Amino acid sequence: MKRSYDIVIVGSGAGGGTVAQGLSSLCRQGARIVVLEKGPKLRAEEFTGREWEMAQALYQDSGGFLTAEGTMTLAFGCTYGGSTAVYTGTSLLPPERILQRWNVPGLTLADVEQRARKFMDQNNVRLVEERFLNENNRLFVEGCRQLEYGVRQFPVNLKGCRGSSLCNLGCPNQAKQGTDQVQLPRAEREGVEVVTRADALRIGEKKLWARVSPKPPAAKGEPSPWEPGEYEIDAKVIVVCGGAVNSPALLLRSGLGRKLPKLGHGFTCHPAFIMVAEHRQPITNFWGHPKSFYLDQFVQSDHFVLETCMYFPFTTAKAVAGFGEEHSRWMRAFPRLQMILVLACDEANAHNRVTVDRDGRPVVHYRFTPRVVRGLIRGAITSAKIFFAARAVRAHLPLGRISMIESQDADRLDQIAEQAEFKPGKVPVSAAHLQGGCAMGSGPKDSVTDSFGRVHGVPWLFVADSSLFPNSLEINPYLTIMALADRSAEAIREQAHTLL
Amino acid sequence: MGFRAIVGAIVPEASNLDEDGWNRLEQLVEAALAARPRRLQRQVWLLVRTIMWLPVLRHGRTFRSLDPVRRARFLSSLQEHPIQLVRKGFFGLRTLALLGYYGRPEAARAIGYAADPRGWEALG
Repeated sequence: MKRSYDIVIVGSGAGGGTVAQGLSSLCRQGARIVVLEKGPKLRAEEFTGREWEMAQALYQDSGGFLTAEGTMTLAFGCTYGGSTAVYTGTSLLPPERILQRWNVPGLTLADVEQRARKFMDQNNVRLVEERFLNENNRLFVEGCRQLEYGVRQFPVNLKGCRGSSLCNLGCPNQAKQGTDQVQLPRAEREGVEVVTRADALRIGEKKLWARVSPKPPAAKGEPSPWEPGEYEIDAKVIVVCGGAVNSPALLLRSGLGRKLPKLGHGFTCHPAFIMVAEHRQPITNFWGHPKSFYLDQFVQSDHFVLETCMYFPFTTAKAVAGFGEEHSRWMRAFPRLQMILVLACDEANAHNRVTVDRDGRPVVHYRFTPRVVRGLIRGAITSAKIFFAARAVRAHLPLGRISMIESQDADRLDQIAEQAEFKPGKVPVSAAHLQGGCAMGSGPKDSVTDSFGRVHGVPWLFVADSSLFPNSLEINPYLTIMALADRSAEAIREQAHTLL
Repeated sequence: MGFRAIVGAIVPEASNLDEDGWNRLEQLVEAALAARPRRLQRQVWLLVRTIMWLPVLRHGRTFRSLDPVRRARFLSSLQEHPIQLVRKGFFGLRTLALLGYYGRPEAARAIGYAADPRGWEALG
């Protein structure tokens, strides 16, 4: 089947949704714009908060996309709104030192920050009121303050939050202001079409091939507005916003790797694991906003960030190392568990990259560097200090033969850290801040795009998502993605007379 | 039945499941595997068979015939194995067992997990 559009946008997450909104004004001048989203669009009543059901409906590979080494799982959204439908809404401005380190010609902090602030306003970003903070977050703050750590509160993009704690399973109350709630509906009102269940297969000279899948029996979500089948879509401009795994993979499938040797390179992801500790009394973590505070004072010295979190029974069971009676004991303590997410700040290196297999499917190669391992161990030990400062009775350490630390061992934590061992394939590591693969830079020898996401040597092809990051952002990435996507949209608007 | 013996060693509570409970657990595991490449599915079932028969070399009996202490010791040897391939194979199997057990809403309720889409309102 054939279709023809002026602009095709691949993906509807923080990048694609923002580009769709940013270009939607062109519809008034007659431009035809379509967003192709691989995942489904769910009806409001389908957000049940049930863990496995929602993971299957909203995430690529149900949230368990495995790296080639099989030692880490990657979680990224595959639904209307992409990962903005399943994040916690944390909205941080990009750090100045990171943009300086990226050193992308034409990209300034002032420009990125001004655009990010625009989306903070648009998405209702604010601090959760103190009366709505849950005990998990309060205990984190208390522990950090006892230790004189510089704990900080996350600005989050909520409107009408009812405190379900189910952000990572798609908000059942549509309170999180992701692109599914804000930018995509605005773009659609202006005339942008959104086609769900549409997988972009390959890009050719000003055209794209896509496959629309039928809605599987008993699956959640609306059927695609297009009839199932293969489509050849003519387009004057294509904007790739499939995220740090799917965007490089699409360009590689399209043969662009021959001209762009850095395509797929520079993948980073903030490898993370969940730390839990048991308190004597229930701490009711499963109500309220789950991720209200973070600690980033050790980023530069020890390469880790700590964040409050609440995960669901299966995710928590997977995160607790080991098996058998001791594992079950942790799970039976679920209502008394305090939780902290440890994220390592990784750096781009030669091995960690995205490729495609013989069938064109994305393959993510990732090895843990000594810096990452050190970050995770130091982060785990710092978490344990915070747990005990907040009066936890025992903490789980997913590193090493001794996986349980009692409160009386709190003053031996640094010694325990020295005995910690990180065995890939045993330690439950996952990541959700996927970045790199189509890095911005000065030319095709060192990068894939320019600072507006325009692919080197292909003036009608743009990338607008986290794959643009030349190196790790070291914070939650969504606002930065939106700011970069806004730049891409502006560049396309300004050149519309020649491109369209 | 081999898979059930492994699940029982990973999550001891699973031994208390009735036939309906086991069926629900296995449905979750099968659905999760069905979405994965055929090669991975074959590897999982090969690992299950290997775990069933490997103890014969050391103990003269299959995994299912071992007592709980020996079952746990054998699985620990896989979890701590010096070869990464063995460790990650066991990790994958462990993940499936945990998904099958804790992915059931009744197991979530049993451990006191009470998140509710109504949030604060549900607290009354």
